[in-house]
Amino acid sequence: MSAPITPRRPDRAALLIGLGLAVLAAVIFLETRAMPGSGQYARVGPATAPYVLSGFLALLAVGHFVAAFRHGLPPREADRPGPMLWIVAGLVLQLLLLRPLGFSIATGLLFAFTAKGFGRGQLWLTIPVGVALSLVIWLIFAGLLKLSLPAGPLEHLLR
Amino acid sequence: MDTFALLAHGLGGALQPMNLLYALIGVTLGTAVGVLPGIGPALTVALLLPVTYRFDPTASLIMFAGIYYGGMYGGSTTSILLNTPGESASIVTALEGNKMAKKGRGGPALATAAIGSFVAGLIATIGLAFISPWMVKFALSLGPADYFALMVLAFITVSAAFGDSALRGLTALALGLTLGLVGIDLQTGQARLAFGIPDLLDGIEVTTLAVALFAVGEALKVAGSPTEAEERIEPVKGSVWMNREDWARSWKPWLRGTLIGFPIGAMPAGGAEIGTFLSYSTEKALTRHPEEFGNGAIEGVAGPEAANNASAAGTLVPLLTLGLPTSATAAIMLAGFQQFGLQPGPLLFAANATLVWSLIASLLVANLMLLVLNLPLVGLWVRLLAIPKPWLYAGILLFATLGTIGANPSPFELGMLLVFGILGYGLRRYHYPIAPVVVGLILGPLAEQQLRRALAISQGDASVLVHSPVAIILYLIAATAILLPVYLRLRGRGQVLAQMAADED
Repeated sequence: MSAPITPRRPDRAALLIGLGLAVLAAVIFLETRAMPGSGQYARVGPATAPYVLSGFLALLAVGHFVAAFRHGLPPREADRPGPMLWIVAGLVLQLLLLRPLGFSIATGLLFAFTAKGFGRGQLWLTIPVGVALSLVIWLIFAGLLKLSLPAGPLEHLLR
Repeated sequence: MDTFALLAHGLGGALQPMNLLYALIGVTLGTAVGVLPGIGPALTVALLLPVTYRFDPTASLIMFAGIYYGGMYGGSTTSILLNTPGESASIVTALEGNKMAKKGRGGPALATAAIGSFVAGLIATIGLAFISPWMVKFALSLGPADYFALMVLAFITVSAAFGDSALRGLTALALGLTLGLVGIDLQTGQARLAFGIPDLLDGIEVTTLAVALFAVGEALKVAGSPTEAEERIEPVKGSVWMNREDWARSWKPWLRGTLIGFPIGAMPAGGAEIGTFLSYSTEKALTRHPEEFGNGAIEGVAGPEAANNASAAGTLVPLLTLGLPTSATAAIMLAGFQQFGLQPGPLLFAANATLVWSLIASLLVANLMLLVLNLPLVGLWVRLLAIPKPWLYAGILLFATLGTIGANPSPFELGMLLVFGILGYGLRRYHYPIAPVVVGLILGPLAEQQLRRALAISQGDASVLVHSPVAIILYLIAATAILLPVYLRLRGRGQVLAQMAADED
């Protein structure tokens, strides 16, 4: 919400981001400490940079906590989750269907779902359009430019 | 003197028919993608990188040079006709250019932007050709500790110096550096932060990250935004040609813009925006028509556009001679070099002189092509602007995933695209800058390498880092870059900094 943040109430987003940074710092620290042979044979080795970065992230986490109680993060819009979920769903479908059904069908679905997210609703129309468009692109990029785009039943029909 | 011979040799290579064709494809694709609203040069380059995967290095980099310059031309067309700058460096162009377009002077505005970009690109590319050999000599005298200091400076200027919040800039940088650690450590073969996932051992692809942050993140933000942005394309009425007065009022701003933009781009500090803002205020101070500023002054388009292009060419100086990317676009170009196993830096000039000089020469060629192509074809580009948002973003995501799949056809790579896309949305929502993440990912491992090299030579003695005068000076500049904004903010000048904040690329 873009409601003004009063000085009394800490900025929740800043607190959460700070917490996320702290967790990230801890994960890097623990993961690096668990590395086989870290810090044994050299004072400056593969573990040095992760440790430094872990400290840096921890500092930034503290910075966010301080900012949360002072001026907080800049005001932000109340974004609508619906349209974004359509796009995320499109991306998830594409990555799930890429191998079994091939590039064109998977990407055509992403195309249609994204258009839906931006308010063009008729999936029965946009899915075929997206699949056809993706097939043309598959022909150009996999055929002429030799990119390795996974082929599915549709693509096999054309070969 | 040598430079002329090398440049002539490069031109000989760039003017071969096949290479001319690659340059033509590059500038056409670059302009077409760059003109689309919401797509800046960084995303243009990242989206089109996969197109070049299967060519040989020279052809690919020539096409790349065209894409880079073309993307910037396209961006200025968008900001003049649509008033939604595709890139932060075009904000100033939009100020005056869109006002001109509203008054029916869109044609001359596009013309002065295009010709100004050409003049600036020409001078700056020649500047690049002449400065590079000097920079290479300087670069060869630097030790690992100096390189490390240089990279620290680049980190600071990209992330903290001119943004409106050092905390958010540095956080973005830290995220990029963290992602840069993932994968196998080059010196010891030790896997780091891979969590036992084989797909992570190769590290994180710069193009995947850039495309996710810029394209997927932007699409999510625009789709979710509750405020429907009012966008009106200004029709280009009348002639696109400039009259005598337009020419008289444009040529000095072009030259001044170039003189301001090129050095700023060539310094190992980030961002083309600063040059455009400086150029704008210079023109405003020097003009004989102050009443027109804010209402469509042609100087306000001519100067900043020239500065923008000059500083973009300037960015190539640290990139090519030091291997130091100072903008998101440069970081992606560095990734473009790396896909062929090429590491920009002083050694590239020695080992691959032909390639470097044909790249520089093809920048000149691309620049000329853009001037010839763009003004007559402006009607076509305007039609691209009119693509409705649903189709535009559906198309952008189609190509974004195409590039990712083309680079690595695995669902895992698409999963990373999704995760980083959501991260990009979060960064946008809370006004964190994007460029430091991309620069951190690619420059972090290089900085670590230099640091470890320096410490290996000194057998672990950390004081080696501040032994050379060059390193000390670089650290002092970096400290100033962090402290000066703090000082300005304390003095109540925070508004200026907020204006200069670059949150696009």
